[in-house]
Amino acid sequence: MKPSLWGLKKSPWVYHVALSPCNNCDIEILDVLTPKFDVERFGIKLVGSPRHADALLVTGAINRHVLPRFKELYEQTAKPCVVFAIGSCALSSTMFRDSYNIVGPLEEVMKEIDPNAIIAYVPGCPAKPEAIIAGVVKALNAL
Amino acid sequence: MKTVVVPLGPFHPLLEEAEYFKLFVEGETVVDMDLKVGYMHRGIEKLCESKTFDQVPFVVERICGICSTSHPLAYVNAVEDLLGVEIPERAKYIRTIIAELERIHSHLLWMGLAGHFIGYDTVFMWAWRYREPVLDLFELISGNRNHYAMMNVGGVRRDIKEDDYGQILSTLDEVRGGTELFIGAVMDDPVIHARTKGIGVLTPEDARAYGTLGPTVRGSGIPDDIRRDDPYAAYDMIEWDICTYEGGDVFAKTAVRLLETVEATNIIRRCVEQMRPGPICADVQTIPAGEGLGHAEAPRGEVLHYVRSDGSSRPVRHKVRAPSLMNIPSFKVTCIGEKIADAALITAAVDPCYCCTERTAAVEKGSDKAVLTGGDLVEMSRRKTAQIRNDLGCVPPVEKLVRGIMAR
Repeated sequence: MKPSLWGLKKSPWVYHVALSPCNNCDIEILDVLTPKFDVERFGIKLVGSPRHADALLVTGAINRHVLPRFKELYEQTAKPCVVFAIGSCALSSTMFRDSYNIVGPLEEVMKEIDPNAIIAYVPGCPAKPEAIIAGVVKALNAL
Repeated sequence: MKTVVVPLGPFHPLLEEAEYFKLFVEGETVVDMDLKVGYMHRGIEKLCESKTFDQVPFVVERICGICSTSHPLAYVNAVEDLLGVEIPERAKYIRTIIAELERIHSHLLWMGLAGHFIGYDTVFMWAWRYREPVLDLFELISGNRNHYAMMNVGGVRRDIKEDDYGQILSTLDEVRGGTELFIGAVMDDPVIHARTKGIGVLTPEDARAYGTLGPTVRGSGIPDDIRRDDPYAAYDMIEWDICTYEGGDVFAKTAVRLLETVEATNIIRRCVEQMRPGPICADVQTIPAGEGLGHAEAPRGEVLHYVRSDGSSRPVRHKVRAPSLMNIPSFKVTCIGEKIADAALITAAVDPCYCCTERTAAVEKGSDKAVLTGGDLVEMSRRKTAQIRNDLGCVPPVEKLVRGIMAR
């Protein structure tokens, strides 16, 4: 295993990217950090800058206004960086796919930004805290 | 003195609408403010026109994850206003229970974030711990922790089982205990007083002039509440009080939210006691041509929905006005003249806003050089609390212990 991947698997630091979500997956992400689930026990920490992040937690159907900002943000992260698509909106745009302002699900957006990006998917509307934890564990085991 | 621009934003997910604030600062003092919206625009009003009347509640639910009952409730009120239909009594009580449970979880969420901003992470963790049982209750009633899909034109989609009453009441006791603990902690703590009293004052005149809503206006001592002014659901069938607080500062807004949380537990308890078995949804076949206006008191203020129908199965026009749109311009009076360390707290006092401060960077006018980051702003806010704590002689227990050992 590459040292960079080995380092990534131990206590990943995450950065939360909200790309026009409805706030719900975002509060569930915060929920994972608070006493009931408390993933900080395992060294998973929410950081304030993408430059410190090992993983990006992306929520929301992506609209035209935030897309250039997301591109910039992804370029700032240290590679390899796992991108988690959290919630149905990030997975498939769900009911917003017909909207005039939505550019599409994360997978298609990432094809343009970085075709080799590692993407993990956590479904649910909103994704439950249990599902988020299970998704992170599965993704890290698969690396 | 040189004016420096501090951009707050551009998108912060803990608000209903993402905004981009520009704070113009001179030294430490905020002198002006600018606002841009549109970062979270998903075209929901247009999408609603392509959905049938029955599908729209699911779309408007996803306007905001925190107010995910207020929007559908305002929408069904609007359609029922158009129809002129009377909904069954049990449906009214269930709507009230869901709306008030949402108020509890939203206010506790805000309380936690406000604690985080002033450097009291213990408050953050405890508030979110007390919020969890409320979400479990939602899962019990509706099957989902958020996005409950309970509202339906003519009534509600699901009944509350009588077997679940016990758990609802015991959860309310737990939440009430926690909230009373908070009220005691907030009212007694000299540091919280120093950080929040007299900060970001919104006078009753300004509150009226800016048309602020919800806890923001009630924190200025004005008893404005759409639940009392134009009752919907079961609010005219039960006894309850409007919670107001004089002052208009951050402290008053905190107090209003805490008092409302306690009052919400009372409302739910009365609803559960008064509720009788019966039908939960009126029979609605077609929606005639016409227009309807509906509102609901969300945790942040009045939500307004307008629906126009031409007799087909889909609305021809659907207009939504969320409360934050009315509350946010009041920053223009509350933030100006305040210290920059307080600006994050004042903006948060109207509504939770977490990620905005996480992404804040102060940029010198005319260049891209970052002066202050979001982390710095939170750090400044925390340092101020520590300073006040020191001045007042309030030493945290752990530090007291360490000092005691050192003295020996």
